Amino acid sequence: MRVQLFGTCLVDTFFPETGEAVVRLLRHFGVEAIFPKDQTCCGKPADSAGYVREARKAALHFLSVFDGQDPIVIPSGSCASMVKNHYPGLFHGDDRMRKKAEETAARTYELSQFLVHVLEAHKAGLSGKGTITYHSSCQLMRELGVREEPLTLLKSLKGAEFVPLPNADRCCGFGGVFMGKMPEVSMALANEKAESVIGTGADTLTGCDHGCLMNIADAIQRRRANVRVRHLASVLAEGL
Amino acid sequence: MSRLSFGIPFRANAAAALKNASLIEAMRTSTSTFTEKRAEGVAKVPFEQWREEASRIRTEVLDNLPQLIDRFAAAATRAGSIVHRARDAEAAREIVGSILKDRGVRTVVKAKSMVTEEIHLNQYLESMEIRPVETDLGEYIVQIAGEKPSHILAPALHKNRRDIGKLFAEKLGIEYTDDPEVLTKVARRALREEFISADAGLSGVNLAAADTGSIAIFTNEGNGRMVTTLPPIHVAVMTMEKIIPSLADLSLFIRLLPRSATGQTLSSYFSLITGTRKAGEATGARELHIVIVDNGRSRILQGEFRDILKCIRCSACLNVCPVFRAIGGHAYGSTYPGPMGIVLTTLLDGMEKAHPILDGSTLCGACTEVCPVKVPLAGLIASLRRQKVELGFADTNERIGMAGFGMAAGSPSLFAFSQSMAHRLWSVIQRLGRNSAVERLPRPVEQTFRRRMS
Repeated sequence: MRVQLFGTCLVDTFFPETGEAVVRLLRHFGVEAIFPKDQTCCGKPADSAGYVREARKAALHFLSVFDGQDPIVIPSGSCASMVKNHYPGLFHGDDRMRKKAEETAARTYELSQFLVHVLEAHKAGLSGKGTITYHSSCQLMRELGVREEPLTLLKSLKGAEFVPLPNADRCCGFGGVFMGKMPEVSMALANEKAESVIGTGADTLTGCDHGCLMNIADAIQRRRANVRVRHLASVLAEGL
Repeated sequence: MSRLSFGIPFRANAAAALKNASLIEAMRTSTSTFTEKRAEGVAKVPFEQWREEASRIRTEVLDNLPQLIDRFAAAATRAGSIVHRARDAEAAREIVGSILKDRGVRTVVKAKSMVTEEIHLNQYLESMEIRPVETDLGEYIVQIAGEKPSHILAPALHKNRRDIGKLFAEKLGIEYTDDPEVLTKVARRALREEFISADAGLSGVNLAAADTGSIAIFTNEGNGRMVTTLPPIHVAVMTMEKIIPSLADLSLFIRLLPRSATGQTLSSYFSLITGTRKAGEATGARELHIVIVDNGRSRILQGEFRDILKCIRCSACLNVCPVFRAIGGHAYGSTYPGPMGIVLTTLLDGMEKAHPILDGSTLCGACTEVCPVKVPLAGLIASLRRQKVELGFADTNERIGMAGFGMAAGSPSLFAFSQSMAHRLWSVIQRLGRNSAVERLPRPVEQTFRRRMS
């Protein structure tokens, strides 16, 4: 099996090891991950901030780069939701592009969706370590409806213990452009989230969106707390 | 094009609120209690079904609003009410003011009403030497503090009991205590006198049934009942979208609204008022005026954001909003705060004044998820941001940044170049971005994922 991998700008620019973990993980399940080299950004920041023209530019580029029939795997809930839920609406009045956006959306998966629903990775007996808690990112949960998949994967890890995060579904304050526009509030929300994470006593925080993880990791670091922050892909790939 | 504008100083307000430790504590505690109680309450009933049905009824209302208002006005008139229609805030103030003035009213007791906040009624009445007395405990606290409500349901949510104890000691001359029971008794005693001596009562309206001309008022303190039955004159002010088609529909909303607000099965008190006191009846106003306020809603009804008029003011979206719960309602500088407030304020007050509060959402979608009448709040906020950009109210740096983003998103080489520049010039970027979110980002790597994959 072959998939097209969309790295996402955050993974690409800040966290390449997460991208490599995704590739290793997919390979473990016999899936070859192709990285279309012309990929850029999905356009989510522009879309959230109200810049339709720029969001459409990004979407047009994405749709041409991720042409073909292969499934598209994205290690981010918000980027995957951008493609799956927001792209078709950007082409209001352009039936051809709208149709293409819908076709593309239909073969797009957020990573944990793909791992559970297509690869049944939770049945593979992967191993992990330590105590792990999980932050549920907003678009992943509310726009894609992915609530259980990451938990199913984490709970399947042999040798690791899962500890639930209180108020796991409360926004961490990243919000993409929100962090830039309302930095004080963003920081306050990240602080509250970091306190919840530290309070669980877990040694690892994981999640499916590097935006949130980056925001929370910064707040954790400022507290000098000893909690590793890792994308779900890295946590799952660790025991391979 | 970018316009110079002086909107609500939202970011500064929010930053100031975050430095107020007692506000933060009060907000965290109370919104958590609301959301927990709500979750418990909602889990006990087929809430999704209720939600579906309520959303259907509210959509039907919007589809037929002008006809329903006419029907309501006719039925209310038949029942003995006097119905007034106000095109805007000024007209509404004048109508209420002249009703009270013509009848020699000196003191008017008020039940909680957000529309009277929206039209700034209290200041107007005071200017006419009519004394409005708020009788909802929270609203009473806010009034004696000289503030505005910070929450559409719990006006004094931003205050903890120590704040209230200090306020009462200062303004009411009692000995300091932060015992809620004692404080409530003090307020109750003061308000008893007012109820008995007031010349008129003023209330809002939670819902109004078009077929019978009845108005429904939900309260938890019973003050609504006192205000509407003790004084000889009752003036009820409602915004036009509070209509529901029939009294039968009310049975759903009686259950839905309190449960969505606080998890309560029903509000502690519920008044259903159909016209004036009839022969042989022991209670009820002898004169009932109903003022239906438009104030921009007919315009909203015609546009793409009309779904906000489905809102029944339960406040669930405020309580669940991460931004609202962090900064409280005053930071929004508007009558209505939180997600529903961001949308409604922008539509009522205009983009020029309100555009900064559009930043007050992470678009996390908790509001949309929780709304009992399915208003797509996060989606409306996102659409209003689009309008803000189209109308030229986005700031210049952002527009330049986004134009650059658009170019890079369409060009892989420019995109990779930007990444490499960000890596190399990171210390410069950090200096320029002092006190901004840039301080909180890690350094971009040299070996990006795309490089590693090529």
